[in-house]
Amino acid sequence: MPSVSSTPVARADAVLEGSALKVSIVGDWSITGVRPKWTATLAGRQPKQVHLSADGLGNWDSSLLLFLFEAQQWCRITGAFCDSKALPEKVLVLLKQMSVSHETSVPFDRSENFFSAVGEATFDAVGKARGFSHFIGECVIGASRVVKLSRRFRWCDAFEEMQNCGAMALPIVSLISFLVGVTLAYIGAIVLRQYGGDIYVADLVGLAMVREMGALMTGIVLAGRTGAAYAATLGNMKANEEIDALETLGISAIDFLVLPRLLALFVMMPLLTLYANALGIVGGMAVASGVLSIPPTAYWVEMLTIVDLSDLLTGVIKGGTFGLIIGLSGCLRGMEADRSAAGVGRAATSAVVTAILLIIVANALYAVVFDILGL
Amino acid sequence: MSLATARADSSPAIEVTGLHCGYEGRTVLKDLNFTVKRGEVFFIIGGSGCGKSTLLRNLVGLHAPLAGDVKFFGQSFTGADLSARRNLLKTFGVLYQGGALWSSLTLRENVALPLEEHTPLAKREIAELTSLKLAQVGLTGFEDYYPSEISGGMKKRAGLARALALDPDIVFLDEPSAGLDPITSRKLDDLVLQVRDSFGTTLVVVSHELASIFGIADRVIMLDRSAQGIIAEGPPNGLAERSRDPRVEEFLLRRDQPRGAPPA
Repeated sequence: MPSVSSTPVARADAVLEGSALKVSIVGDWSITGVRPKWTATLAGRQPKQVHLSADGLGNWDSSLLLFLFEAQQWCRITGAFCDSKALPEKVLVLLKQMSVSHETSVPFDRSENFFSAVGEATFDAVGKARGFSHFIGECVIGASRVVKLSRRFRWCDAFEEMQNCGAMALPIVSLISFLVGVTLAYIGAIVLRQYGGDIYVADLVGLAMVREMGALMTGIVLAGRTGAAYAATLGNMKANEEIDALETLGISAIDFLVLPRLLALFVMMPLLTLYANALGIVGGMAVASGVLSIPPTAYWVEMLTIVDLSDLLTGVIKGGTFGLIIGLSGCLRGMEADRSAAGVGRAATSAVVTAILLIIVANALYAVVFDILGL
Repeated sequence: MSLATARADSSPAIEVTGLHCGYEGRTVLKDLNFTVKRGEVFFIIGGSGCGKSTLLRNLVGLHAPLAGDVKFFGQSFTGADLSARRNLLKTFGVLYQGGALWSSLTLRENVALPLEEHTPLAKREIAELTSLKLAQVGLTGFEDYYPSEISGGMKKRAGLARALALDPDIVFLDEPSAGLDPITSRKLDDLVLQVRDSFGTTLVVVSHELASIFGIADRVIMLDRSAQGIIAEGPPNGLAERSRDPRVEEFLLRRDQPRGAPPA
């Protein structure tokens, strides 16, 4: 480290002698502190020669290089002669490196025109659709392997995932389903009260929860909770080359990582849907009892007049489908993730968005299909 | 004592006294005492699992020591209040094992971030310095690449450029040569020496690369897992001959243990 005894404040004392400006650099120069600017040192003068010296220089770092580089650049532009021979050798070496890096550093242009952007986005969309189909195909083939050789399946992983995505999700599913039931009951009460049909709140809440809201809300909650977790976990495993390690050992990542998760969601989603239905109905019952003064027994009996097993079945079928959608989206996005922290974050976000989008689409398709089937 | 005053006196760059390091009651290293002189290239060496990285994490404040004190330029770091600690942290640069680059930023942005946060420099000046730092580590032309687009060795070099961004007084390097080819490793060693010679920077290097140890280290301490502490200290050349400890000879001279003997 250079001497520490000289003047602590960074200064550049400039004296004009004829057409030559003699600049004496003194003091301690620190990048985190204040330093003189070359334009201020010039003070509007236009010398033909600049002589730089550093006799009184104390500690210094890159801030000195910036000052000297600025001086050199000014001389180059104005055609003035720059004499820097009196500067310490170490400074000159770094100054030369700075000049080289200034000339060789060229910004990497990532911009693209509109048409190529649209083209690339189209190819990307096609590639993603193909990737999704390919992934589903691999999962089907993997599942058929598992059916043939069920003892090789990672049952312990599947049960652990069932606990994670099922039992551990009960508190949030309970809260949301109960509140959805409460909300539906309030909305129904506003209309039905006007016609004296308060009791039909039970029908509204029961039917809406069992056929639509139970599966839909559970699907959305699990897309955010479990789908994102799957994408982040698999994305991180990809970044750490854990998935590569499986493949090179001849172990299918689909069999080892994806199928246990898919099975867990496929089994637990219908069960959670049934649970959500029950909690939603209880929420509606609480509002009916507390606000509309309908006894719980009357509410229950009325609800059973309209909700039958086929309604329950539609909810369960939807639950299973949504479970597969969440599992596929989460696992696929995780397996496709870039090998970086940002890539894992993007994968988690994409998994949630994809899952919710596909759940809504599937829900609409089921509405049409069930109508045709008379369910 | 202010940091500026502390730096002006002749106290060592780092002074470690009675340091115990560990995790959740498990002691990994105990009663470490050593000093690092200003402008010294100081190596912390030892076999895998001996606590080199643990010691480094304790030195830079990422992990609180179980006991003992670490002083930088005579000023206590372990017992410092928040503002003093923050001021001391500005004087460090750390190169982590994997580079630890921020993946959402380009290399240029990675190096520029500390300059934007801690200096009054204008954008143009920051751009000049960023280009210089990246050029010094041989990454000219890669300024606008993201970390995921470059190799492991390049990430490490970019990490070093970021560690050097603020021209720190002390730079800690955790396994800088690990995973690099011999040529890149040698260039990195040359860069370490250039940094020291140009700015008088103190460099603390955690490594077990013999070529680097004998090539650039002024002084080393050797840690050992069974001893839970320092088993040798001094300049690397001749350390093995001077030391009567077979573990030091085995490590520095690559003298093999008998076949079938368990690893240390």
